[in-house]
Amino acid sequence: MSWVPRIRPSGDSALVVEFEERIDPAVSARVLDLDRGLAAAPPEGVLETLPTYRTLLVRFDPLRTDVAALEAELLSRAARARGDAAPGRLWRVPVAYGGAHGEDLDSVARARDMTAEDVVRIHSGTVYHVYMIGFVPGFTYLGGLDPRLHLSRRIDPRLKVPGGTISIGGQQAAVQSIAAPSGWHLLGRTPLRVFDMRRDPPFLIAPGDRVAFTPIDPATYDRLAERAERGEIVAEVEP
Amino acid sequence: MSRGDDALVVAAAGPLSTIQDAGRWGHLRNGVPPAGAMDMIALAAANLLVGNAPGAAAIEFTLAGDTLECAAESARVALAGEAPAFLGDTAMAPWRSFTMRRGERLRIGALKRGARGYVAVAGGFATPDPLGSRATHLRSGLGGGALRPGDRLALARGIAPAGGEVALDPAELPYLDGAIRVVLGPQDDRFTAAGIATFLSGTYTVTADADRMGYRLDGPEIEHLDGFNTISDSIVTGSIQVPGTRKPIVLMADRQTTGGYPKIATTATASLPTLAQLKPGDRLSFVAVDVAAARALLAEQVTRLGRIATNLRPVSRDPRDLPSEILLAHNLIDGVVGPDA
Repeated sequence: MSWVPRIRPSGDSALVVEFEERIDPAVSARVLDLDRGLAAAPPEGVLETLPTYRTLLVRFDPLRTDVAALEAELLSRAARARGDAAPGRLWRVPVAYGGAHGEDLDSVARARDMTAEDVVRIHSGTVYHVYMIGFVPGFTYLGGLDPRLHLSRRIDPRLKVPGGTISIGGQQAAVQSIAAPSGWHLLGRTPLRVFDMRRDPPFLIAPGDRVAFTPIDPATYDRLAERAERGEIVAEVEP
Repeated sequence: MSRGDDALVVAAAGPLSTIQDAGRWGHLRNGVPPAGAMDMIALAAANLLVGNAPGAAAIEFTLAGDTLECAAESARVALAGEAPAFLGDTAMAPWRSFTMRRGERLRIGALKRGARGYVAVAGGFATPDPLGSRATHLRSGLGGGALRPGDRLALARGIAPAGGEVALDPAELPYLDGAIRVVLGPQDDRFTAAGIATFLSGTYTVTADADRMGYRLDGPEIEHLDGFNTISDSIVTGSIQVPGTRKPIVLMADRQTTGGYPKIATTATASLPTLAQLKPGDRLSFVAVDVAAARALLAEQVTRLGRIATNLRPVSRDPRDLPSEILLAHNLIDGVVGPDA
């Protein structure tokens, strides 16, 4: 039985197209297929779109848009959106795990009754799907976390966690772009800057891309951090 | 026109002042919040008075204003907001443009009503515009931060235009009175019918936890249908989410781009300026309208602002010689308390 996409108003200036209510790369692929189609042939009045796990926000100019016509157009396109697109670019992101770079590595290992080395092996042994960029500029939400690392969020969120932090929370994993509060568990830190205003465009990773983590030692972290400071992209990318 | 170092210099800063424009749009997909002026009507008013486009960058101050020194040959400025202002020792009326000369200081006091005021300058500010906007987003630092003493706010032009000082009547500004208009959804189906009825019939109070990111409200608890966990989803300015506390949070200009709580309703764009002027302790209620009605309210607002723009009243009198009745009318005399909205 196929799911029928649904459309809901998000105020007077945006519509939300909803797909199946689950976290699944195939659902994400349909969101992104609709998104690409809108970018290639934008309907009248559409200003920008925001893909999330299972929905696409379509923001439009309320004074120059026939909302009923836009709704019909979006529903028709959403019904045709495909979930079988080829995977996006693969980013190999270097991470220094544990110690000062990942304060919660040991507590996560204890909570899951394994060693810190196990946590690193499992976390860096997965290829993650990028579902969305949200929360703050460049913050990268990843799905595909191994169930052995699923863990409730911290009871006491930290008020400030630095940019580059690699964290996990619930079924999700993330690459943090800039300093922000976080209730997730901090496993490590990457010298890679996924958001750097000196670059054009300043953003590296897009929804639909894939991310894998490569463990590095603290000395390598320091060396790569210097190169990142000079503006270099210290990750490898495969098309 | 500008010598490059022409600026307004912040001599003393209010509690929270930032540079804001119509917002940093077009980057939601990369997690970039729009920020921008909380009250687009007052931003437009300040800009129209100095001949700028309505969404040009201006200073947004919170509760009380700043002291600004003119470090240019001259600058045409205007204040939107019911706050006392003094150029040197001379009281200056809001809602009209006037000229500052090099070395003069404009001191703006506390707002007598509302939460936010704006100071615009002819030609606009030439502060940095990362990703195409001068709007300040406090959490990411895009566009700068809160104004601090010593900050130099670069000006696009270093001399005031000749003539053309104008005024407007703030009573004509198209603020919506009464309940905040909302469009139900996008996740009103995550609430019981009783929960939605509570939301639309209750009176809520703005708590102390109210800033440019959002207002946490206190009031009747809203019943969810099936828990409050959802898969993280998009947020818009004016989204009203209900977390596990069952009390609504209205998300404002600096809000995050995505979030994980069910959204019972979304504020109509035309009601956002009214919300922007609420302070902790203020009370509000909500009324549901459909998308077409929300759009009609916005269209009416835009038309009325356009009318104000074309009917600005030329000011011949030097504002430094304002008669006392005008000062009284603008509540500029300390101790005179204006009627509360």
